[in-house]
Amino acid sequence: MKNPSRLFPAALGAALTVLCLLASPVRAADGGLQSLRGAAIQAPETEAADPFKNMKDSTPIERNYVQQPPLIPHKVDGYTVTMKYNKCMDCHAWNRYKETGATKVSLTHFKTRDGQELSNISPRRYFCQQCHVPQVDAKPLVGNQFKPAQGMR
Amino acid sequence: MENDNKNAGKRGLTARAWAWLKGIGIVSALGLFAAGVIFWGGFNTVLELTNREAFCISCHEMKDNVYMEYQNTIHYSNRSGVRATCPDCHVPKEWVPKMIRKIQASNEVLHKILGSIDTPEKFNAKRLTLAEHEWERMKRTDSRECRNCHNFEYFDYGIQGRRASATHQAAFDKGQTCIDCHKGIAHKLPEVNQSIGAINEEGAPPQIFHPPTAADKKD
Ligand code: HEC
Ligand code: HEC
Ligand code: HEC
Ligand code: HEC
Ligand code: HEC
Repeated sequence: MKNPSRLFPAALGAALTVLCLLASPVRAADGGLQSLRGAAIQAPETEAADPFKNMKDSTPIERNYVQQPPLIPHKVDGYTVTMKYNKCMDCHAWNRYKETGATKVSLTHFKTRDGQELSNISPRRYFCQQCHVPQVDAKPLVGNQFKPAQGMR
Repeated sequence: MENDNKNAGKRGLTARAWAWLKGIGIVSALGLFAAGVIFWGGFNTVLELTNREAFCISCHEMKDNVYMEYQNTIHYSNRSGVRATCPDCHVPKEWVPKMIRKIQASNEVLHKILGSIDTPEKFNAKRLTLAEHEWERMKRTDSRECRNCHNFEYFDYGIQGRRASATHQAAFDKGQTCIDCHKGIAHKLPEVNQSIGAINEEGAPPQIFHPPTAADKKD
């Protein structure tokens, strides 16, 4: 042990390893989770949520109130809307609906926020699923007594 | 007389082949044969190796762009667990078209080395061209690779959605093919000119994105 400096790196390494082990916040014994004050958290095993079951494609669904955005009566898996391409407009645009048999977008969709009429879909209507949603086969989470508007029954 | 001559010619050929074999010696003949086997085996192994998904996405150009997008699609994950991998859609199964595609792919490897699409920006700039090549190829082959798995003669129109069922029956009568309608089935689409604003005016034009059918052309 004439030259203690040789031992230094080894000792430092060992010390660091021990420190890491001690300081490691995730320890197997308590399930891996800890609150800020150090108590163990026993997270219950969560089950994966049931995947939503798409409704079968249908004819247009009746509307329930005035100015309601109609519900989407078909599946929309993989229908992407990007800056470069709007999948919905590939069937619902005025120059496409005849070929695809879809309802054409209404003229209200051509108007900008400032009331200016454009020659096609307005930017504020570009993301269809902000307003139009597909339906899934699921029990309502909360009961309600909603009745369609008088004129629409 | 003619027959005799032919036979004589044949015999002559066999005799000459034997002579040649003796000339080079039986050992070298066997050696040649073995070399042939090894070459063919190696050739097929390389072909096999380059026909796996892992090879296709071993370069980041493919991994970071098309592969990521493909992971969100039905051909990557679906209820029955049958997957379509990159070569299923992009490499023909038949020998001759497969060889042609492989030789074209060497050009793509060259461009990989040149770095033609090595950033997402460069890839996106080239994307429309690349997609148009694939559309054209699939159109030319009547979407052969799709039909390797999907046979429209066995479509059960009672189970298909109403839109699919109605569209398909009309389309196949008109001689349309899968890629006419199912573009962007595995990846994000490049820019498409849908006449919405000025931004995508340079994108895929309508006549390419929805090619007219034979019936349309007649009118
Ligand atoms: C492949 C073509 C196609 C695509 C893509 C498509 N639709 Fe449809 N859509 C239809 C057809 C066809 C109908 C009419 C329903 C029927 O008769 O089957 C319809 C009906 C609708 C309706 C009901 C209209 C009404 O009068 O009540 C809405 C809303 C709708 N679609 C929204 C969307 C949205 C939003 C998207 C994009 C996420 C989209 N669609 C993509 C073909 C399409
Ligand atoms: C800001 C909400 C909003 C957005 C975004 C929007 N819509 Fe609508 N949409 C409505 C409302 C509200 C109606 C019903 C009243 C009307 O016709 O304007 C409607 C009606 C429709 C109809 C039925 C038209 C008819 O003649 O009965 C279709 C089809 C439709 N939208 C498609 C689309 C498509 C496709 C997109 C995306 C490109 C889209 N909408 C974006 C709110 C929206
Ligand atoms: C390796 C076989 C294979 C090849 C090749 C293939 N597919 Fe598929 N495809 C499948 C499977 C498996 C499914 C999922 C079926 C299911 O979930 O019931 C599928 C589903 C689909 C769907 C249904 C999408 C949906 O949302 O329901 C379409 C459309 C489709 N393929 C089109 C194509 C087209 C177009 C091509 C050619 C470019 C192609 N496929 C090539 C195997 C293949
Ligand atoms: C004229 C256009 C057209 C052609 C050609 C076409 N399809 Fe389709 N296909 C559609 C439409 C529209 C749908 C329904 C909308 C959707 O799934 O997005 C559809 C849906 C599908 C589906 C899903 C069916 C369902 O009910 O879930 C499969 C699978 C499919 N197509 C495969 C093919 C194959 C394979 C070919 C070539 C042999 C082909 N399609 C040719 C328009 C077409
Ligand atoms: C279900 C069939 C299918 C599968 C699986 C598939 N592709 Fe494609 N690919 C296509 C079609 C169709 C196109 C033409 C462009 C389009 O319609 O999106 C394309 C286009 C491309 C392009 C040209 C650029 C572009 O985005 O248009 C590249 C590169 C590509 N595919 C690579 C891959 C790689 C890598 C994989 C595997 C991770 C893969 N593809 C899996 C069908 C498929």
